[in-house]
Amino acid sequence: MSDAVETAEARTQKLEGLGTKRKRVEDARFTQGKGHYVDDIKLPGMLFGDFVRSQYGHARIKSIKKDAALALPGVVAVLTAAELKPLKLHYMPTLAGDVQAVLADEKVLFQGQEIAFVVAQDRYTAADAVELIEVEYEELPAINDATKAMAPNAPVLRDDLQGKTEGAHGKRKHHNHIFTWEVGDADATASALARAEVVAKERIVYQRVHPCPLETCGCVASMDKINGHLTVWGTFQAPHAVRTVASLISGIPEHKIRIISPDIGGGFGNKVGVYPGYICSIVASIVTGVPVKWIEDRMENLLATAFARDYHMTGEIAATKEGRITALRCHVLADHGAFDACADPTKYPAGFFSICTGSYDIPVAHLTVDGVYTNKAPGGVAYRCSFRVTEASYFIERMVDVLARKLQLDPAEIRRRNLIRKEQFPYQSALGWEYDSGDYLTALDKALKTVDYAGLREEQRRNREAFARGETRKLMGIGVSFFTEIVGAGPIKNCDILGLGMFDSCEIRVHPTGSAIARLGTISQGQGHATTFAQILASEIGIPAANITVEEGDTDTAPYGLGTYGSRSTPVAGAATAMAGRKIRAKAQMIAAYLLEVHDDDLEWDVDRFRVKGAPERFKTMAEIAFAAYNKVPPGMEPGLEAVSYYDPPNMTYPFGAYVAVVDVEVDTGITEIRRFYALDDCGTRINPMIIEGQVHGGLTEALGIAMGQEIAYDEFGNAKNVTLLDFFLPTAVETPVWETDHTTTPSPHHPIGAKGVGESPNVGGVSAFSNAVNDAFAHLGLVHTAMPHDHWRVWKTAKSLGLVS
Amino acid sequence: MAKMHIKLTVNGRAVETLAEPRMLLIHLLREELSLTGPHIGCDTSHCGACTVDLNGKSVKSCTVFAAQANGATILTIEGMAAADGTLHPLQEAFREHHGLQCGFCTPGMITRAYRLLQENSNPSEAEIRAGISGNLCRCTGYQNIVKAIRAAAERISTSKEAAE
Repeated sequence: MSDAVETAEARTQKLEGLGTKRKRVEDARFTQGKGHYVDDIKLPGMLFGDFVRSQYGHARIKSIKKDAALALPGVVAVLTAAELKPLKLHYMPTLAGDVQAVLADEKVLFQGQEIAFVVAQDRYTAADAVELIEVEYEELPAINDATKAMAPNAPVLRDDLQGKTEGAHGKRKHHNHIFTWEVGDADATASALARAEVVAKERIVYQRVHPCPLETCGCVASMDKINGHLTVWGTFQAPHAVRTVASLISGIPEHKIRIISPDIGGGFGNKVGVYPGYICSIVASIVTGVPVKWIEDRMENLLATAFARDYHMTGEIAATKEGRITALRCHVLADHGAFDACADPTKYPAGFFSICTGSYDIPVAHLTVDGVYTNKAPGGVAYRCSFRVTEASYFIERMVDVLARKLQLDPAEIRRRNLIRKEQFPYQSALGWEYDSGDYLTALDKALKTVDYAGLREEQRRNREAFARGETRKLMGIGVSFFTEIVGAGPIKNCDILGLGMFDSCEIRVHPTGSAIARLGTISQGQGHATTFAQILASEIGIPAANITVEEGDTDTAPYGLGTYGSRSTPVAGAATAMAGRKIRAKAQMIAAYLLEVHDDDLEWDVDRFRVKGAPERFKTMAEIAFAAYNKVPPGMEPGLEAVSYYDPPNMTYPFGAYVAVVDVEVDTGITEIRRFYALDDCGTRINPMIIEGQVHGGLTEALGIAMGQEIAYDEFGNAKNVTLLDFFLPTAVETPVWETDHTTTPSPHHPIGAKGVGESPNVGGVSAFSNAVNDAFAHLGLVHTAMPHDHWRVWKTAKSLGLVS
Repeated sequence: MAKMHIKLTVNGRAVETLAEPRMLLIHLLREELSLTGPHIGCDTSHCGACTVDLNGKSVKSCTVFAAQANGATILTIEGMAAADGTLHPLQEAFREHHGLQCGFCTPGMITRAYRLLQENSNPSEAEIRAGISGNLCRCTGYQNIVKAIRAAAERISTSKEAAE
């Protein structure tokens, strides 16, 4: 078929652009074992690093004996704080404005903290040497609880901060205090609460969990002493930021540092931060002159790199007797562990927790967050969510249910009465956000109708009667959650990390034969960027996605960007991709006009070509234009067809969704079976429905893990209790139910293609849906709130506390 | 440490190598033989990223000494495609049904699914879920993996019937 007779529809299909269930280009290598992850890297002469870690949660280091280790054949070096101090590298800046010990200096502050870094010829020898290093400790009282940390006579944890009354985020009011962050109108909220017809109050704890990607963190650092160039391959969710940080810390000029993120085996927030392993590997490579590899094992991963949550929230929600919410107050005690190593935008020490008014039209609200130090691992990362958004969503979704119980209202009905109406968008929230777009009632109604909510409640009523008659030992629970996310950080005016504005970028080169390469400042960890960003571009510039290579993760070739986390890739880099594509198209239009000898205003875009208005048989395809760009451009125009866009988003995007979980709780065992889970997501324009669904499945499964079993708990001595996969719950295919997905589409008005981001929504909305369902199962027996994780033991304890089991 | 002489067949190829008695099979495969398809996700045999086929059984190669594999026949993801490069139906099905995201669990998952289908050519959804429960995936939520394995089973049996 010739171009002339091929329909626009057929040509559109060929592009595999926006909205296509395009198969992933990444899969050919992954399904054949040809992925290239950091531990697959093997360089000549490469050494291996391994850590000696603290056995104690809080102790003074009296001595470190490393002679025996150094005497072991194959051991090349042992680094301790003593070696790093003269280089001023024993502390490193965190992304949150604090400092973190690279190797413990005199004191250890959490179990698993890095004390010494052994460098040896292979990983077995390195592990042997770790065993030979003797650390003598003087144990100190450990604090495993954020409330106890703030007691007046609590032990001082951070000796290095003594006397510092001012932190990165203002006044410190106690020696273990990091910051207070306040948003909203305190007086108006207090007065609304005081005059409210009904007030519900609840303490809601979101336990400490861990992103636990299947691949742990690691790197290979290689210093070329001849030309002074440092190359670091690593599991970096933000390679460009790592380059800048590495330059600032090491003093190596930034142009001599190359950071490469190869294939990454999942990130979920775990791989955003800068860890001691990276610094030690770099130092070791500089010292030894050969490449040094460091790969953490699973226990180290769960013990030391980047926990999430540990938010202790107290909420008060005011309403009228009819259930119209009139005010919300929240105080959070945020356990940050031993160092403040959150990865939040600088101005937001509690991330975007102020999205905690959720999807509801709440006139006034007030939020305070106190960050505190404890003897636990540092972190507080965004585990498959935008910064602290899962915490916020869990908080409000539980609070609304708690209020519903108090008012004897159905959880779906109370949501309906309070959801922000379509005509209120763009909506200004009481805590300062401008929600870009939404059609919440439509989404809720569709969800309730699809699951036959009324029918489910009727079934539950019968179940409860049967339970009361002793005919069953199972209780049915229905959890409703309506979440609003805030993703796509973010506008430079309020979002930066270490002073780096949170824009993102795309650079496109169109080749003479009409294919192209696009490079971005982000980095995929499984999201399928090479597939989806090519789709965005295909629709913008009319080149089939199959003919567009997408490349990320090499700071020498990719334009600067802030990386991939917080669902920011599509909202920010995706926007940059569309904008760079539009620059390409604008130049292509001028070239086409020149070739067709018409004014460029006389041309119109038609899928993959420019045609003359009113004379559609006269056209130039993008392939023809691409070739002409290299030999026949209009006089005065530069040859070539390339563009770059650095996109500073005007606002965040606000994906939302309505989820319903149905569970059956067996009261005698506490076993909770997920009978059904329905997820309706609205992520704006849908780029690749297949990938969106896959993301929703994955996010819901992570939510299932969090809600039903995950916890990193510490005992009173500072021992971390759940740091292997035996104790830390990751759902298998057996516990994971079949997910039902659905959608509505409300495009973002400010994003070039209307997309909002989706990867993290299912985690944000999922956790509260599960938790609401478990709580709902016992609601008729007087239960108001029971804490996560809802594992068998805790659920059984709840049943026991209600007198259901003896 | 004295090294042991180990002979084995990996993906149809005879291999001889020296290894310390304590060397794990996963390290022999990845570091000595450069077969980096199987991955290390936990070191404690929970995650299954290191799954390979050893003498007709799925094993987690992080919990097998290389010396224990002496004389064994091993199949890894790298040996899954036919000699002419034709992909195994499981490899095709994982792509077709979006059964992978970051790809880290995929080699172990496909290798495990291969053995599962050898043992049960027509598994139900529940049997597939139980059969892969030793392999963790953090990205996909398993739904599309289950779908992919089911589709591969059907394709294998269809092509067998056609051949008969």
